[in-house]
Amino acid sequence: MRFFEAIGRMVLRLLEELGRFFQMFGRTAGWSVRPPYDVPEHFRQMVRVGVDSIPVVFLTTLFTGMVLALQTFNGFARFHAESLVGSVVALSLTRELAPVLTALMVTGRVGSAMAAELGTMRVTEQIDALTALGTEPVQYLVVPRVAASILMMPLLVILGDAIGIYGGYLVAVQLLGANPVTYIENSFRFLEVSDVTSGIVKAAVFGLIFSLVACVRGYFTEGGAEGVGRSTTRAVVSGSLAILFADFFLTKLLF
Amino acid sequence: MSRRAESGAGGRVPKIRAEHLRKTFDGKVVLDDIDFSVAEGESLVIVGPSGTGKSVLLKHLIGLIRPDSGKLFVDGRDFWALSNTEQTAVRKKFGMSFQEGALFDSMSVFDNVAFPLRRSGRPPAEVRERVRVCLDMVHLPNVERKRPSELSGGMRRRVGFARAISHEPEILLFDEPNTGLDPIMTDVIDEVILELKERLDVTIVTITHHMASARKIGDRVALLHGGKLLYQATPEEFLRSDDPAVRQFVQGSADGPLTVEFDRERKTATSEGA
Repeated sequence: MRFFEAIGRMVLRLLEELGRFFQMFGRTAGWSVRPPYDVPEHFRQMVRVGVDSIPVVFLTTLFTGMVLALQTFNGFARFHAESLVGSVVALSLTRELAPVLTALMVTGRVGSAMAAELGTMRVTEQIDALTALGTEPVQYLVVPRVAASILMMPLLVILGDAIGIYGGYLVAVQLLGANPVTYIENSFRFLEVSDVTSGIVKAAVFGLIFSLVACVRGYFTEGGAEGVGRSTTRAVVSGSLAILFADFFLTKLLF
Repeated sequence: MSRRAESGAGGRVPKIRAEHLRKTFDGKVVLDDIDFSVAEGESLVIVGPSGTGKSVLLKHLIGLIRPDSGKLFVDGRDFWALSNTEQTAVRKKFGMSFQEGALFDSMSVFDNVAFPLRRSGRPPAEVRERVRVCLDMVHLPNVERKRPSELSGGMRRRVGFARAISHEPEILLFDEPNTGLDPIMTDVIDEVILELKERLDVTIVTITHHMASARKIGDRVALLHGGKLLYQATPEEFLRSDDPAVRQFVQGSADGPLTVEFDRERKTATSEGA
């Protein structure tokens, strides 16, 4: 009996979380179009989500591109298909790896910070203070963060695409002795515009997901410092899981 | 239970009126049939032991918490019947000072006090002047550039006051303005509140558990316990009252009607533990 109770409680909690998520989505969308528009705050968040994440995204995609070239080269050499390494690297990066890995890294870096910041503001009554001062907290706190994430994620992914492909080139040409001209030619031979755009669309959706999850976690924090810690962890865990779920369904939908 | 809430309203439309407010959290009744009003220009102090829902009650008055049932009237208008935009407009009539100040710690003192002014689109020169005036009023010159984390507890409260009055509200709410401060700073804070009351001609509701503060700043004192306002009177009457609950609170005794519930809870806790 206790087993079924536990399942029931889990389902209820999941539904409650989903409800909060979509409720916050609606409020964010509604408040995003209403004045006053706090332009400096939007720019501040864009710097925090986008510009400050460049080093992390740079390293992540560089090494992903490199290891991808290394692995596929070793594998493809077994059936003499080394010439396809460039295509594999370019395709897998633009369609899948750059968006997903960038999103996961940014969730860890920015999502956790968002949840911790909003959570601290909640437990120290700063969110109440905003309301008391006649400012809608969702408009002031959540809208700029979500908007910045939707906008900056695609830009980070475009950057990641380029760096990852360069990383693959570096390993294939410098380390494994592939011909630079044919490698570049092969990289782009099978690559279509839709491969890149699908990655960019994914990136924007991932940006929406991780920032909204982080903001919901932070906004509804309860229970002091411990609660802030819990919210931060949950923001990263459920944000990352949601990104992986969404990735599957988006891939199914987009291609 | 000599005086009822209505006596404070004095015939005119009360500034704030709470009717049968009731609020439960996770099945625990925090407010149970709260009924009172505050007249314009009056200073009401709500006292009570810790953990009796004083802050919850104060947050109801500015619409930060929605009651499960009951109504809240501000200037005669039913707050929860208003649209979102109208609610925001009503909230701007309030200035609220929070327990620990609740200053925005990512901003300087200046930006904190300027926050409501900038949000309502006042020109920068006016904002600068107004921030200076407000910080002067709470006796805190030359702290504009500091961060909240660099200030002492008493200073943070006063910056919180300055922020609460910067947009010239009609009603001021103080949530435990001198909890956790030394006796001297407690008195300084009381003086500041008194000064604000005289200079700004505002309606004030203060939550505290310091009887001395209540006596100093209140026109009327109410005792909150068990989710109900047990007793309301002028500070003098309150101190002289022979109501057992009031006597216990005024004298600060551990035995009496206010601690009965606490004792019962403690006993259940021990028996469950055994």
